[in-house]
Formats: sequence, C-alpha cells, structure tokens
Amino acid sequence: MQRENGTFVNSGKERKGSRRMLKKLKPLSLLLFLALPLMLAGCSTPEVLDPKGPVASQQSDLIILSIIFMLTIVAVVFVLLTIILVKYRERKDHDKYSPELHGSMLLETIWTIIPIIIVVILAVPTVRTIYSLEKAPEPKSAEAASEDPLVIHATSINWKWVFTYPDEDIETVNYLHIPIHRPVEFKLTSADSMAALWIPSLGGQKYNMAGMQTTLYLQADEAGVYDGRNANFTGEGFNEQRFKVYAEEEADYQQWVEEVQNSAPELTQYEYDNLLIPGVYDDGTAEFNGTHLQWIDHSKNAEYTLEAWDRLGYEPKNPHAKDKSQNILPEDEIPYYQQDNTVDYSDEDMDNNEHAHASHE
Amino acid sequence: MDLKWNEFIITGDPLILGAQISILLGSIAAVAALTYFKKWTWLWKEWLTSVDHKKLGIMYILSALLMLFRGGVDGLMMRTQLATPNMEFLDPQHYNEVFSTHGVIMIIFMAMPFLIGLINYIVPLQIGARDVAFPFLNNLSFWTFFVGMALFNISFIIGGSPDAGWTGYTPLATNDFSPGPGQNYYLLGIQIAGIGTLMTGINFFVTILKMRTKGMTLMKMSMFTWTTLITMLIIIFAFPVLTVALAMQTFDRLFGSVLFTLHGDGNPMLWVNLFWVWGHPEVYIVILPAFGIFSEIISTFARKQLFAYKAMVVSIVTISVLSFLVWVHHFFTMGNSAEANSFFSITTMAISIPTGVKIFNWLFTMYRGRITFTTPMLWSLAFIPNFVIGGVTGVMLAMAAADYQYHNTYFLVSHFHYVLISGTVFACFAGLIYWYPKMFGHKMNEKIGKWVFWIFIIGFNVCFFPQYFLGLDGMPRRISTYLPEDGWTGLNFISTVGAFLMGLAFIIFVYNIYYSWRYAPREKTGDAWGLGRNLEWATSSSIPPHYNFAVLPEVTGLDPYWDMKEKGLDQQKNVDYKPIHMPSNSAVPAIMSVLMGFAGFGLVFHWYWMGIVGAIGIFITMIVRSFDYNDGYYISVEEIKETEAKANK
Repeated sequence: MQRENGTFVNSGKERKGSRRMLKKLKPLSLLLFLALPLMLAGCSTPEVLDPKGPVASQQSDLIILSIIFMLTIVAVVFVLLTIILVKYRERKDHDKYSPELHGSMLLETIWTIIPIIIVVILAVPTVRTIYSLEKAPEPKSAEAASEDPLVIHATSINWKWVFTYPDEDIETVNYLHIPIHRPVEFKLTSADSMAALWIPSLGGQKYNMAGMQTTLYLQADEAGVYDGRNANFTGEGFNEQRFKVYAEEEADYQQWVEEVQNSAPELTQYEYDNLLIPGVYDDGTAEFNGTHLQWIDHSKNAEYTLEAWDRLGYEPKNPHAKDKSQNILPEDEIPYYQQDNTVDYSDEDMDNNEHAHASHE
Repeated sequence: MDLKWNEFIITGDPLILGAQISILLGSIAAVAALTYFKKWTWLWKEWLTSVDHKKLGIMYILSALLMLFRGGVDGLMMRTQLATPNMEFLDPQHYNEVFSTHGVIMIIFMAMPFLIGLINYIVPLQIGARDVAFPFLNNLSFWTFFVGMALFNISFIIGGSPDAGWTGYTPLATNDFSPGPGQNYYLLGIQIAGIGTLMTGINFFVTILKMRTKGMTLMKMSMFTWTTLITMLIIIFAFPVLTVALAMQTFDRLFGSVLFTLHGDGNPMLWVNLFWVWGHPEVYIVILPAFGIFSEIISTFARKQLFAYKAMVVSIVTISVLSFLVWVHHFFTMGNSAEANSFFSITTMAISIPTGVKIFNWLFTMYRGRITFTTPMLWSLAFIPNFVIGGVTGVMLAMAAADYQYHNTYFLVSHFHYVLISGTVFACFAGLIYWYPKMFGHKMNEKIGKWVFWIFIIGFNVCFFPQYFLGLDGMPRRISTYLPEDGWTGLNFISTVGAFLMGLAFIIFVYNIYYSWRYAPREKTGDAWGLGRNLEWATSSSIPPHYNFAVLPEVTGLDPYWDMKEKGLDQQKNVDYKPIHMPSNSAVPAIMSVLMGFAGFGLVFHWYWMGIVGAIGIFITMIVRSFDYNDGYYISVEEIKETEAKANK
C-alpha cells in the first residue's frame, strides 16, 4: 500500500528558510511588511516559476517574458507620473502653466502605436504556446520518440480524484505515479461538479466536466513528489481534493505498477459507486485492480452519478439541515449489483450523448 | 422544499447569532428614533417616494456604503480565516457562503449602486437638465435594487446563504449539488435588482440623448457624462442576458427544467458562457463611470482641459465594443480549441490599447498644469499606478497559455481586486468626496480624509500585492484553509494585516462623515472647490435647488462652467423666470418593489402562494400606475424668485 502522504515535503528547504525569516520579521513595522513580498520572492522561487517539465517550462518562459514587458510599462508610467507630479504641482509662479494645451497628434499616435506593438510581440509567443500545449511535448531523444504518451484518465469526484491507468488496468484514489521523461496524456472528466486538474510544477490546469472529455498533456523531467489538486471550486470538501504526484524513473514506475497489480484488491462496482457519494476520502489514498471504465465512462454519461445516488439511497441535503445523516444501503440489498453491468464503449455509435463531447477528443 | 421549521432561521453559529442580534437592535433603534423625532412622514414624503434624481442618488450611495460595510466584513472574515494555516474560525461551508456573498454584494450591491448613485446626482446637472427622462422609473429602479439587495442580504440569517460562488456555476449550483434555499436567494435577489439596473440603463441613455441643454452637442459633453452614456448602452445590451440566464437557472431549481443540469441532457457549460457574456461587460459597467470620475477630478485639480478629449471618447467606445468580445477569457481552461483561445487572447490583450491610451491622456492632462493635492485628487492620482499594476497583470492573464497556470489562483484574485478597487472603489471615494459639497453643502474634512487615503492605500497594497506571489506559488482561490507545508503562511498573514488596515480606513471615513457634518464650514457658492469646470458647479446654491437651474444654461464648448467664469457670466442671475414643470412623487414604485420582494422571498422557499399573491399585487400596482393622470406640477415664478434670493445666504 502506498500511504506516503506527509513523508515527502515538496521543496522543503526553501520553504523552511522563508518561514524562519518571517518569524524574525514579524515584530517589524508596516513598511517592512510592504517590502516583504519582494524579499520572499527573492528567497524562494514560486512553484509556477520553478518548472519540473517541458509544459510548465514553456509556460514559465512565457510568464517571465511577459513580466519583463510589464515591468517596463509599469516603470515608464511610474517615472512619468512622478516627474509630472513634482514638476507641475501648484507653485507661486505659474510660468509652466499652459491651460491651452489639450492634445497632441504626435504624442497620441506614439502611445497608441507602442501598446499595439507590445500586444503583437506578446501575441505571437502566446498563440504559438497555445498550439504547442495541445500536443504531447516533443521527445528529446530518438529513444523516447518511439514511446506513446502514457494515458491516464483523471476523474474528479466531489471531493477526490480517481486516476485510471487503462493499459495497466489499475486505478488509484488521490495519488499518481508517473514515469519521468515520458509525456502523460490525461483524459479529464468529472463525475459531478466541474473541477480542474492542476499540478503547478508540471504545468497549467484544465477543466474536468461531466459528460465531456478534455485532454491535458503534462510531463515530468525531474524525479520528485509534486503537489496536485483540484483548482476549481466544487463545494464543501474542495480544500481537501488534493493529491501527490510521484514522478520516478521508468524502472521504479514499472515496479510500482506490478506491485499494485499483484497486491491491490479488485474494484467492485458497489465500492466505486460509494466513491461517488460526496465526501472526502476517509482512507486518504487507495489503489485497485481493474478500473471503473468497465461500468462507466463519465465523459460519455453525465447522469451515472445521480443514478448511483438513487441506487444507494443517498439524498442531497440542505447544508443547514439539522439531520444530515444518510442511509446508504448495503450491497446485498440492491439487486442492481447482483447482475453484470459491464458496458463496452469501444463502439462510439452506441453513445447517445456524443454531441456533448469536447471538441478535440 | 421540505424545509423543517427549525431550519428556517439559521442557528448554532455565534457569528451569525451576533449579526442577528445587532440587526434586531439596529432596526428597533431606527424605528424608535424615527417615531421619537416624528420623522416618518418626512422620510416617506421627502425621500422614499421622491422622484428627485438628487435624492435618489443619495439613497443609492447610502445603501452602497452599507453594502461596502457588509461586503467588507465578509472580506475581513475571509482574511481572518486565511491568516494562518488550519485556522478554524469559519468552517468550509460558512467560508463558502461568505466568499459567495462577498462577491455578489461588492459587485452588484456596492460598486454598481455607488456609481449609479453618483451618476444619478451628477449627470442631470452636468447636462443642464432638471431631472431624468423618466423620473418615476428612476424611483422604481432604486426600489427594485433596494429590495433585491435586502432579499439577498437576509439569506444568511434566514435559510442560509448561497454557497456556489458569485458566479453560481452549474452543475454545482443545481439542486443536486446545492440543495437548500441559498442559491434561490442568489437567483431571485439579483433578478429583482437587475430589473432596476436595466431600467436605469434605459433611463439615463434616453436622458443623455434627449435632455441635454441648449448648445451641448455630444462632443461637448463632460467625460463623466460620456462614460455614463456608454455604460448605459452596455447595460442595455448585457443585462438582458443576465435576466434570461437567471430565469433559466431559476426554472431548473424551482420547476425542474433541465437546462443546466447533469440529468436530462442539460448543458451546465451554457450557464458559464451566458454568465460571462453578461459578466465581462459588467466589469466595464463598473469601470467606465470610474474612468469618467477620474477624468473630471484630474482635469479640475490640474486646472486644465482633459487631454485628447476625442481620443478619450474613441477609447471608451472601443472598450465597450471589445467588452462583448472577450468573455471566453474567463474559462480558457475549458478545453476550447487552440483557435478559440488564440482569438480571445488577442481580443483581450487588445483592450489594453485603448486603456493604455487613456492612462497617458490622464498623465498629460496634468502636464503643464497647476496640480493641487486635494483628497479627491489623491485618490485619482493613486488610481493611476495601482490600476496600471492591475492592468498589466490583466494582460498577463490574457495570454491563454500562461493563464492555465494563473486561472483559479490568487494571482487572478489579486488582479481583479487591483483593477476593481483601484478603479471602482477609489473612484467611488474620489467622486463622493469631490461632489460631497454638492450633495450636502459642506466638504468632508481634508485632514481626516488624507489619513483615510494613506491608510487605505497602504492597506490595499499590503493586502493584495502578496497575493500575486501566492498565486504563482500555487494557492488556488476559494480554499477555506491550507496546510503549513504549503508554505503560504507568511504572505497570507501579511495580506490579512493589509485587509484590516482597509477596514480601519473605512471606519475613519465614516467618522469623517459625522465629523464634517458637525464641524465643516458650510459652502457659500455652487462652486465649492472654486475650480469647477462643468455645469454641476453652475447652480445658484451649493446644494442645487429642487429644480436644479432656474434658467437652463447655454453651452458653447467643453468645460462650459469654466468658460462662463472666464467670461464673467452668471446665467442664473438677473433673468426673467418662467414657471418650472416638475414631476410628482409617487408611492407606487416602493409598493411594487416590496411586492416583488414578497414574491421573491416566497419563491426562495418554494412557497408558491406567496409568489402568486406577489405577482397579482405587482400587476395591480401596474394598473394603478397606468391610470395615473398626475403629470406633474408647476413651480411658480414667486417661489423660484424666493429660492434664488435665499441661495447661499
């Protein structure tokens, strides 16, 4: 079993350093508080600007490029404002006062054209990166080029993550293992509310939506443990919908897959349907042999979760209700689970919901 | 809805109990005071039924200040909860309700009414009119806003507040995931207030087009009037979208339709699109009038005409068109095609061009001017650098590929607080202080005002600047707590300190209202700052008489009042007066709106009989209004002479 939450602390050294510094500074005055963010920024690199893979580094490069331009603009405005305020403040003599001055074709043209140029300069790399992020990251070596991206279905459920490895036929709850130097193709969907899969060290987020599938490519180039989470508000347990990403050497990854395949329990539909009841996963993490895709692909059927609630006897309740208890039926009392409910999604035409799919499947 | 009787009033939370008690005591005190001082008739006749744009403006501003307090307390509660990791001040459910109401209140019940209040008071004066085109409608707009606001605000003590964010995204906001009355309050409260906003849009659009005084062509209007005109146009196009979207979600929640639901092939993402088709223009509805206010103040206290007036007009028109072409940037991460994201990235970045032009024009309005640093000017000057910080981070957010990393984080939270606070809130403070003598006949104390300004500006930056770094460090918005190992403690603590500084500044500001009422010298002329440029300063007394202008002024160019002063003209003196026609007060809007509130409250709890009774009542008030033959009254020449003679004595 992989219950390693808490034993890995992401980039612990830098973080501890900044906390220690903060303790020293606490009693200092307001002015220091003002300067502190800048100092902190100097001590530890924010997660987004400390990329651990090619996707995050493309984004980080774009961000840094834009920051340079933006700081220049800010500097120009600040300097100009200061000069004007100092020079043209009310004084005894009014030699510099020219009330008749209220327009200048030349100046107006300059400050219309310069922003246009800046926007064009920023638009080019933006559009290029937008297109590039729709594809798996380019392989660095010829050897890596032969490998297809690793496909993982990431399904958001209020308030947990289910990660499905269809080729390996295993499933995990609230943690991920991925090999480094290999693109991962996340197939995102949601069993209920709209969520967003986000692993800041590896790259930006994308929405998980019920009845639709979106694709997100990420890749880790450095082994390590990264924080991942749902970034899009989904209600009461939103805080706790987080997970760890264990990025490791190919061999270690393969070993983990085998371990799960050999030791993890078989996933049953009753157990899976119970995961669909809103709540934080009590056990923290879990892993299973077999995947929920044998019964349901939430990107093809948005109603499954509500049907499962009905079967199990779960009823949504007013958050201010005095009695919020639920009466979930045991498996043997529900005839539905006594039969075989396996579905075959291989034939797309069977699906009556297909118009709801996201565009670039 | 199977709501148990003991779940009707929210109990069991000491914070909410405290609020319940203070609301009860406050109401008793207000009723007692009105009765003791025998002010009920005065309140009803002079204020609540008044169709005078000036009184409606003041009532809007008072309500907005109340909402700034309420929304501010929500904000402070959030910042307290986030001050340190694993804080247990608010539980997640309570936190979710607090941030949802904070957003709705600040945008819909604070920013908009504050600006509409200033517009109400000032725009008719600036165009040299005696009232708006539809005075009855103006009172109805105020009342629907007020009732919608009241309905939304009682949610936290009766039944429970909305908890799906100010965006109310489906499917989270559908009955399946948000059972209980909370989201119904959101839908009905905003719906009722939204009707009023749409009517305001029509009213002021017509007023500005049809009621300008002699000689005031469109290109001779003040910049505040221009921004108002364009804002009203945006309202007319954007608010119907909100009205329809809210009605659709209301149908889902009350009557079981399947428009945005997970079941029955609903399309939850349609709501997200509709919301932002209204939501992004809404941002410009609250920022354009702010631009107008800053233009007035900067030009006044630099003693110069606004630089590049024509370019300013072209910019706001361009911004208003672009504002309808950028809504997808609120969800670049929805898995749109690369083509769509590229298109909306570029349109969004393009907005920075006219906005940048405006910034430079404001700077050059002061170039070769004579700048005096009064409090309204300080707020306007602080707007420029702070808004630029908000603006450039907006360009960063517009770059879709990078936005995947900023979306849903504190980087975004910081960005929109930078633009909305340094844009809209600074403008509300600046505009209120600038026009305060026009409204109340005396200025606000400048010394206290400067204290407020500096504390607020420092607090604002201490609060929100660190949040950019929190966002880049991976802190998502809307989380109610975090872990020590996330490493966000220091910056969050600093941010909370800043928030309380802003709270302190607000308290001093309110104290300043009292202090100035007691001690400030009373203004003697209509031109309180001595530097007025537009017609609102051309009135014969500091507070304009009921009819605004005894004689409608004639305009020959920009900054007409400045021009009159230069030429030594006083158009209000030594002329033959004629009787002035004015509209009569009406009790119908207040009654009609209260009935809307009655119906809305019933629908929140699925008590359809209340909805039906309310609807019948609304219909009856409409009939009453249709057969109302009172088309106003005349103010006699004697009365005008008397009023003008008394002016500023």
